[in-house]
Amino acid sequence: MGFVDRSRENLLSKMATGNGHGENSPYFDGWKAYENDPFDASENPRGVIQMGLAENQLCFDLIQDWIKKNPKASICTPDGVDAFRDRAIFQDYHGLAEFRNAVAKFMAKVRGNRVRFDPDRIVMSGGATGAHETIAFCLANPGEAFLVPTPYYPGFDRDLRWRTGVQLLPVVCESFNNFKVTRKALEAAYERAQEAKIRVKGLLITNPSNPLGTILDRETLRSIVSFINEKNIHLVCDEIYAATVFSEPGFVSVSEIMEEEITCNRDLIHIVYSLSKDMGFPGFRVGIIYSYNDAVVNCSRKMSSFGLVSSQTQHLIASMLSDDEFVDRFIAESAKRLGKRHEVFTQGLDQVGIGYLKSNAGLFLWMDLHHLLKEKTFEAEMELWRVIINEVKLNVSPGSSFHCSEPGWFRVCFANMDDSTMELALTRIITFALQSKELRIQRKRQCWASNRPRLSFSKRRMDDIMMTQSLLSPHSPIPQSPLVRART
Amino acid sequence: MAIEIEQQPSAVGLSKVAASETHGEDSPYFAGWKAYDEDPYDEHSNPSGVVQMGLAENQVSFDLLEDYLEKNSEASSWGSKEEVSSFRENALFQDYHGLQSFRKAMASFMEKIRGGRAKFDPERVVLTAGATAANELLTFILADPGDALLVPTPYYPGFDRDLRWRTGVKIVPIHCDSSNDFQITPKALEAAYNAAEAKNIKVRGVLITNPSNPLGATIQRAVLEEILDFVTRKNIHLVSDEIYSGSVFSSSEFISIAEVLAAQNYKKAERVHIVYSLSKDLGLPGFRVGTIYSYNDKVVTTARRMSSFTLISSQTQHLLAAMLSDKKFTENYIKTNRERLRKRYEMIIEGLRSAGIECLKGNAGLFCWMNLSPLLEKATREGELALWNSILHEVKLNISPGSSCHCSEPGWFRVCFANMSEQTLEVALKRIHNFMEQQRELKEMMIT
Repeated sequence: MGFVDRSRENLLSKMATGNGHGENSPYFDGWKAYENDPFDASENPRGVIQMGLAENQLCFDLIQDWIKKNPKASICTPDGVDAFRDRAIFQDYHGLAEFRNAVAKFMAKVRGNRVRFDPDRIVMSGGATGAHETIAFCLANPGEAFLVPTPYYPGFDRDLRWRTGVQLLPVVCESFNNFKVTRKALEAAYERAQEAKIRVKGLLITNPSNPLGTILDRETLRSIVSFINEKNIHLVCDEIYAATVFSEPGFVSVSEIMEEEITCNRDLIHIVYSLSKDMGFPGFRVGIIYSYNDAVVNCSRKMSSFGLVSSQTQHLIASMLSDDEFVDRFIAESAKRLGKRHEVFTQGLDQVGIGYLKSNAGLFLWMDLHHLLKEKTFEAEMELWRVIINEVKLNVSPGSSFHCSEPGWFRVCFANMDDSTMELALTRIITFALQSKELRIQRKRQCWASNRPRLSFSKRRMDDIMMTQSLLSPHSPIPQSPLVRART
Repeated sequence: MAIEIEQQPSAVGLSKVAASETHGEDSPYFAGWKAYDEDPYDEHSNPSGVVQMGLAENQVSFDLLEDYLEKNSEASSWGSKEEVSSFRENALFQDYHGLQSFRKAMASFMEKIRGGRAKFDPERVVLTAGATAANELLTFILADPGDALLVPTPYYPGFDRDLRWRTGVKIVPIHCDSSNDFQITPKALEAAYNAAEAKNIKVRGVLITNPSNPLGATIQRAVLEEILDFVTRKNIHLVSDEIYSGSVFSSSEFISIAEVLAAQNYKKAERVHIVYSLSKDLGLPGFRVGTIYSYNDKVVTTARRMSSFTLISSQTQHLLAAMLSDKKFTENYIKTNRERLRKRYEMIIEGLRSAGIECLKGNAGLFCWMNLSPLLEKATREGELALWNSILHEVKLNISPGSSCHCSEPGWFRVCFANMSEQTLEVALKRIHNFMEQQRELKEMMIT
């Protein structure tokens, strides 16, 4: 049943025919490569390993165990079916009180109970995706802008702009100071907007940061809050990775800044949250808007009609997150496992001198491969990225898709796979790094020598390789690797 | 105009969308709900409370659903008590294509409702969190801000918000009246289109609800064909909200636009889009299950991308995929649900008739369209609202005034009958009976 469009493009809205959906970004090209050749330990061991998806898969055993022990939490089980009827009719956009209470409690626990959240300020949305769009609809008119520190999550381009007509203007952050969000950078971004006669309505920060994996220190947060107060613009804090902080320094939420004596107009502060990363439930679409502004709470609640959380899911989450003992254990164990993953991964990178931003949160690492670029351009970054996907067989995300101002950075996710897959991914990276080192050395030699290049190994190089052999799996995914040849 | 927050003299404003009243909650449609919330009827604890007859919910067939769940808990949850193996996969699934098993089940369910007279391709099923989201999403795709959709009156009050609030799109009414049982005529279609043109408003489509809310009646085949002709001539879209398709009392009386297209070999299909949901037919409004079925590839692709803002919980998709692929269950459910709704309908019509009230001849839905125009002091909107107020506060029934549905003739009311037990319906009918008795006595007194 195929229906020919016959160029009826003019029959659809501008919004529908434009590129606002954002899927033409390279961020998604890697996914396509992965989908065409997905890694599977038994079926397709030479396939592309997905490292472009920021998912948290490390603690499902804990959750599955809880589900088994709590059949009442599901309205499909004989134990839980009594609640079916009431839940099935419940479509009140306030959401189940038990759900809001449980989420408020969870959010507090994640912040070490240093703050309290009011369940009546909790508004549902279709995931954080829905939350961001709704907030933009509430706070800004078409043509107005939000400032966003770079690098930032590519999805924002769609979520905040597509259907709202709102613009995103970058606050450029740079590697020389570890991509800190400085007052200077904020002022510069604001200035540029003024010059372009664009009205800035707010600043959007993600803390912990995607893709950096770092947290904002208290001083920076205070400075940000002070900035938005001065300019009288909103502050939207996406704290979706709050529970992924795995080592010191501890997470400081904007809600904690609100508790301090700081003179801040509370009506400007809004938090976006979700269970997709902290709990690993992206499929359940549990997005939350938490605003200190009553009018925004009311408005976003009305808008939540367009993206309510399924009452079946509210029921499950209410039950799970009110289990204090489970939640405390989960938060601690999840952070521990993420920390371990991060440690194994970074130690591997350390061995071959691959740089990365020091981080203590998130489901990914911000890797520095600029020394592997042919030249310091984004074209070279794309070229390197294509090599990584097609030859190293890893889908990582190029920094340019995050609007990073400097080429050569890549976000690499490490929490969406099991231990052995991670080891394999690490091996591929290490192998590639060593190969690239070789090639670079060769290229340098080419400049000096007039002879044709030959691959040769110094004694020191052989030592490095032999050491790395122990890290390589016997079934190296790169048969042409000189390291394999070196063995025989 | 930005919202001024009193306690903060220099407060930064919110958006125009936030400040507007297009969310529609100030309509009497919702005011009645508030009265109900403050004094809700309960058979034992509050027998003199307000009976909610303004909520189009289907509560007559829950036992069938509960029965299914009790017998199939493994299939519908994540596995047996001993082994919850599929949880992880389900919890991670956020692909906006939706679970294939669920889309297949939805397509098949939609086919069954239409007695197999239309075929639905699972690849054209786009999932949204409720029909509320589906209607808004389609509007974003089919129209630009400032453009209009033509909608026959009377219509579901929620459209004012769903089609207009965040989209900036306008609704231009296609006026229908009781002279021909509120059917949509080519004359009315043309008149609406011309009215829009006269104001320099670009019309992008027609949105019909079939079966109709609030009329509780299906649209006839000939009328559907006329509408399809009209949109083709004007080169605009047709959205058919078929959310009540499974609530038609007799299967053969519902003609879906899908059938009309099939009969014409899908010649004009790429301008047609169907909205569906499980909120009414299955009585699951809390689960937020809506779909868009479009015959236009570009619309399907774009709608799917936009559905990212409003995906259906994978947990719910999983449950319903199991339930709706159970042929025996769905066939029995559809048949039984129809029967029970028909019985309810007959009960309320009979009850109203014996009280001296006539309704529009209906054959579907969870409500009837009641004519109280003889009771109006003034045949105006104000007169209607005055009557509505006394019914709400004196008779203690929340029913929906026709004006909140943009009906051009005052005196009509939508009365829901499927969101309560039979006993409660009897209580409501008794109150109406008494009220009508009183009205007659009053009239007699005034004459003598």
